[in-house]
Amino acid sequence: MSTMVATKKRSFGSVLWDYLTTVDHKKIAILYLVAGGLFFILGGLEALAIRWQLVKPMNDFVSAGFYNELITMHGTTMIFLAAMPLIFAFMNAVVPLQIGARDVAFPFLNSLGFWLFLFGGIMLNVGWFTGGAADAGWTAYAPLSTTSPGEGVDYYVLGLQISGAGTLMGGINFLVTIVNMRAPGMTYMRMPLFTWSAFVASALILFAFPALTVGLFLMMFDRLFGSGFFDPNMGGNAVIWQHLFWIFGHPEVYILALPAFGIFSEIFSTFSKKRLFGYSAMVFATVLIGFLGFMVWAHHMFTVGMGPAANSIFAVATMAIAVPTGIKIFNWLFTLWGGSIQLTTPMLWALGFIPTFTMGGMTGVMVAAASADYQYHDSYFVVAHFHYVIVGGVVFGLFAAAHYWWPKMFGTVLSDKLGKLTFWLFFVGFHLTFFIQHFLGLMGMPRRYWVYLEDQGLDLGNAISTAGAFLMGLGTIVLLYNIVVTQVKGEKVSGDPWDGRTLEWSIPSPPPFYNFKQLPLVRGLDPLWIEKTEGRKGMTPAEPVNDIHMPNSTILPFVMSVGLFIAGFGFIYQKDNLAWLWVLFIGMGITLGSMLIRSLKDDLGFHIHKKDLEKEAE
Amino acid sequence: MAEKVSATTAQIEYEKQKRKEEMKQQVITFALMIIFTIIAFGMVMAEMSKLFVIPVIIVLAAVQVGFQLYYFMHMSHKGHEMPAFMFYGGVFAAFLTILALVVLVWW
Repeated sequence: MSTMVATKKRSFGSVLWDYLTTVDHKKIAILYLVAGGLFFILGGLEALAIRWQLVKPMNDFVSAGFYNELITMHGTTMIFLAAMPLIFAFMNAVVPLQIGARDVAFPFLNSLGFWLFLFGGIMLNVGWFTGGAADAGWTAYAPLSTTSPGEGVDYYVLGLQISGAGTLMGGINFLVTIVNMRAPGMTYMRMPLFTWSAFVASALILFAFPALTVGLFLMMFDRLFGSGFFDPNMGGNAVIWQHLFWIFGHPEVYILALPAFGIFSEIFSTFSKKRLFGYSAMVFATVLIGFLGFMVWAHHMFTVGMGPAANSIFAVATMAIAVPTGIKIFNWLFTLWGGSIQLTTPMLWALGFIPTFTMGGMTGVMVAAASADYQYHDSYFVVAHFHYVIVGGVVFGLFAAAHYWWPKMFGTVLSDKLGKLTFWLFFVGFHLTFFIQHFLGLMGMPRRYWVYLEDQGLDLGNAISTAGAFLMGLGTIVLLYNIVVTQVKGEKVSGDPWDGRTLEWSIPSPPPFYNFKQLPLVRGLDPLWIEKTEGRKGMTPAEPVNDIHMPNSTILPFVMSVGLFIAGFGFIYQKDNLAWLWVLFIGMGITLGSMLIRSLKDDLGFHIHKKDLEKEAE
Repeated sequence: MAEKVSATTAQIEYEKQKRKEEMKQQVITFALMIIFTIIAFGMVMAEMSKLFVIPVIIVLAAVQVGFQLYYFMHMSHKGHEMPAFMFYGGVFAAFLTILALVVLVWW
């Protein structure tokens, strides 16, 4: 149990077992990064297929049915299986380090959350091989979803239910970690902005995901057990699904965007060599966006027929969100102002983010105007709008974070030259793809249609859009190449390659598995920077070297998730043949059995002894 | 170290007084909750107008939740600010959601 193990060459089997059983937040972060990255590539390939189908009028690259599956799975994969886990990857990698904690509050739950997400994600994609994936759009509106033939939508429901449970656990875990495990002196108003945004995003997860869970359960009963929650013939109401989905769906946008805002705040501050401008206003804006995020869901449903009063209320509430978001944009600009700016790759992404996201926000205010939205609704204008927000905000943030925290996670720095090439390819490709879609939408091109007619003024715009998509693909390939080259070269860097300001840069890269030998004493915002300005090398410890209590590794979270994965098939196929109920029972048996083992068997963890810690220091 | 462990008699008296007070409050709350429950049952058994009974029962239930949280689960004590904040945040979000759904879907 010392770091000596890491330097020895280990067999593939032992590394695999290590990752299957790990409860270490840094390794779980790597798992999230790898799994989320793979799903990101999968979703990207689906996007390229969509764009290739639309490259020319009346194209027959894919069939209409397969196109529906592609758009559904592209949206679902990118939101739930790429963006969320990648956000969780950086939250896991960085938040405990930023608040000076040795691990998260519930390491077991952390691991369970990851494995549930992964098996849920696999479940969603199994549909491809069993006669067609989900094809009712990523929003799965009833009655299209409740009447969709085959098992595609069943896989959607079960897959999202399983991975959603994992996300909920992750959110609760980070709430408790941030409330309870901050280092001495780390008050709420001294927390770095990424931690703050992770905190608010976790609270949003806690309040928003139950709505999705309920919606998915109702959908599951409608599809698999003959109930009629969304069926007007049986006294149900199809619009309830839309409400439940968006009560979750709109906060979800902020669950993704707020941590990205946190990432950019860290990057602007670090590479401008300045304290973040208006820190308390930034915190206030983050919390306010979190609150307002719950009052605007119906702006996705202006054309449902809720009436002018409801539409106006939700329109005004939606426009109100522009205010705290504007506060953030100006604070970032003022952080840059007069700073000593370094144009590194993460900084480039952050600078590209400001105009891109502002454009997305501006079209957001346009679609928030209920009366005008009747024109924009379900056109490519909306597609352009939400890609400007989600790609321009979240994906840029994830790319920035990958370059910024790569040294902390892996101990190597990604090549700056290749990083900048990635940025320019992706940035240019992104605007080429989506800027023109605003105009395609205004010209009347509807979203989710698999073909369009010739000579309606849509040909050139779509061709340009497709060209841009392939540039983005090229940018991603450069990033992958960059990662491979960097890791093969394996040049180790110091713990603080960017001259950082926050606690994570005060320890070696990658950090030892117990993070902090002695918990640091935090004396203000940007604690490491304070020590640096006073001429000290690192943090002042808040405690003497002592025994450290650590959790044991365990395979149980993996087994529990496998159990639910198996049970999922039972749930789906029992509608054809009741013999499949056995699969359901076996799967649930595995899950409940492992829960029983976990409850009955005391697992008190282990201690790293003071002597070993002192020996390591020599 | 030793001084810290052995408290003065005044402190012990103070603690005793405080606990007695709390005990009294808990007993009163407990009695009130039983009375509330009897009232609720009584109203239903007396077959009073539904329009009157349902809102009254909801109000009684809300008060009982408050009793439970503040007198039995000590939410008023120090160190419970964050749980209280999260709690009211959740109530706020849930209330808004239910209100909107009732207004938009069923009205």
